Amino acid sequence: MSESTLLVRGRRSHAWSAARWRDTRDGYFFILPWLLGFVIWTAGPMIASVIISFTDWRIVTTPHFVGLANFAALLQDPRIRIALFNTAYYVILGVPTHLILALVSALLLNLRLRGIAVYRTLFYLPFITPLVANALLWLWIFNTDFGLANWLLTLFHLPSVDWLQDPRAVKNAFIIMSWWTVGGQMVILLAGLQGIPQHLYEAAGIDGAGRWARFRHVTLPLLTPSLFFNLTLAMIGAFQVFVQAYVMTSGGPEDASLFYVLYLYRVAFQNFDMGYASAMAWLLFVIILIITLIQFRFANRWVYYEAELKG
Amino acid sequence: MTGTPRSLSTGVIVPAFSGHTSRRLRHTIGSGVAYLVLTVCGLGMAVPFIWLLSTSLKLEGTEFTFPPQWLPRPIRWQNYADALQVVPYLSYARNTLIITVAATAGTLITASLTAFAFARIRFPGRSVLFMLLLSTLMLPDAVTLVPKYILFSRLHWINTYLPLTVPAWFGGGAFNVFLLRQFFMTIPHDLDEAARIDGASNAQVYWNVVLPLAVPALTTVAIFSIMANWNDFLYPLIYLNQQKYFTLALGLQFFQSQYGTQWTLMMAASVMMILPMILLFFFAQRYFIQGIQLTGLAGR
Repeated sequence: MSESTLLVRGRRSHAWSAARWRDTRDGYFFILPWLLGFVIWTAGPMIASVIISFTDWRIVTTPHFVGLANFAALLQDPRIRIALFNTAYYVILGVPTHLILALVSALLLNLRLRGIAVYRTLFYLPFITPLVANALLWLWIFNTDFGLANWLLTLFHLPSVDWLQDPRAVKNAFIIMSWWTVGGQMVILLAGLQGIPQHLYEAAGIDGAGRWARFRHVTLPLLTPSLFFNLTLAMIGAFQVFVQAYVMTSGGPEDASLFYVLYLYRVAFQNFDMGYASAMAWLLFVIILIITLIQFRFANRWVYYEAELKG
Repeated sequence: MTGTPRSLSTGVIVPAFSGHTSRRLRHTIGSGVAYLVLTVCGLGMAVPFIWLLSTSLKLEGTEFTFPPQWLPRPIRWQNYADALQVVPYLSYARNTLIITVAATAGTLITASLTAFAFARIRFPGRSVLFMLLLSTLMLPDAVTLVPKYILFSRLHWINTYLPLTVPAWFGGGAFNVFLLRQFFMTIPHDLDEAARIDGASNAQVYWNVVLPLAVPALTTVAIFSIMANWNDFLYPLIYLNQQKYFTLALGLQFFQSQYGTQWTLMMAASVMMILPMILLFFFAQRYFIQGIQLTGLAGR
């Protein structure tokens, strides 16, 4: 990125030449679809969402301005608290375990072994399984009487679990299920690992670094940008967990798997309470935004950009 | 052990594991352990899918055995034909295909145009707009869910494929633009300089120079887009509520509620939904990994 941009910058003249006019025209012409899309499907809806959140709009009725009533109701709603707790549980336990498993698999699959491509495909396959098909499959795996999960437990002489009927187990069931989809993050980490220049390992080897030292001082630092990228997007994704709970448990038992977006979906598309749903969406947005900003704020403490190449 | 140290014959005692031999031995043991771990984990990853296949071939009733029976007896291929009868599977598949093709075409065209401008054309405001694009990557879909639904229902687009396809023609998603832009940055500038000296316009550089070199990245974006649209659940769930418009993802889920749970048929239908994605990945994986690696998606 850097070299070519710098060259171009160096050549930039201050007078608006014909070429510069042409480039400006072409540039905006080329990005026009995205720019329009941004206005119509991102910026516009966000502004609309703020306005709707101050109303009692129910699609068929005329909206009335209700001030902060929806936000006040949010604070009173016990199900919001439940949904936030469930979602936080899923994020806090799910995201780190998922990332660690993805890292371990990427390290394993980066070994130069014969037939490694077969293993890579095996690890990636569950990730490309459509979420719905996957949810239905795991519904069957977590079946209390005939499912694989309990069969595995009996092999180790452990008591069976009511995976999807026990309020204490259901969120863990979703987290366990998510471990099978590490493939997506694994591929990104694998690409990161393969991009680490070999000469760094050789240099470390000459300095007498052992396996662990090389991992600790070469691999891990150079992989932090990939880890950060994964962590940030995984967090945003995990906050919006929906399909599994919708298909497998409908949020039950006793709201124990009522995740935030599932609740939002019900408020918006089953009760058609668009005002309240918009207020809910903004609460979620603010929470995700704060966490993302904190992540970026602390990123420079642990994310290592080689020669600060990234802009 | 074949590597008996030669020193033994000379009467000098050396530690059995030293030097070259020991390194090779350690290496062999190391890769043995690696294969063992990989095989155990790989099998673990495959078990749900094997179980899916196995259940999809069982005679109804024989899926309820504990401990589970891995090999279906008898093997019943008829489940696949039956699954097609129980839900209008082929029409769901056709609907899904229409959406997937329309959205992917829009994504490839408009995302590559946008990415080209961000990577290759100098214009005022470019870096600000690019930051804006990146920041939308962090925006949760949930925020725009309600207003977009209201917009589309005002446009009378509910129960059409338009809400699921038209937005893809407007930039194709920040993630894809970012991915393509990163890739375009790696294409040497000399190539477009040369074309420009020959009088090529920006459009010609885009079409004749950059796009032909960007096939791996475009393939990656195409795969991401095909997978996302084929598998999408929430948006079809919101925008399509008549059965004749349903996609596979909606249809599968419908399967379960309408007919109780016929596990064997449902698993057969799931296999039929997954299979195209597996084939796609299988045939495109070479480009795919390469695409991810070269686009700097890995963050470097």
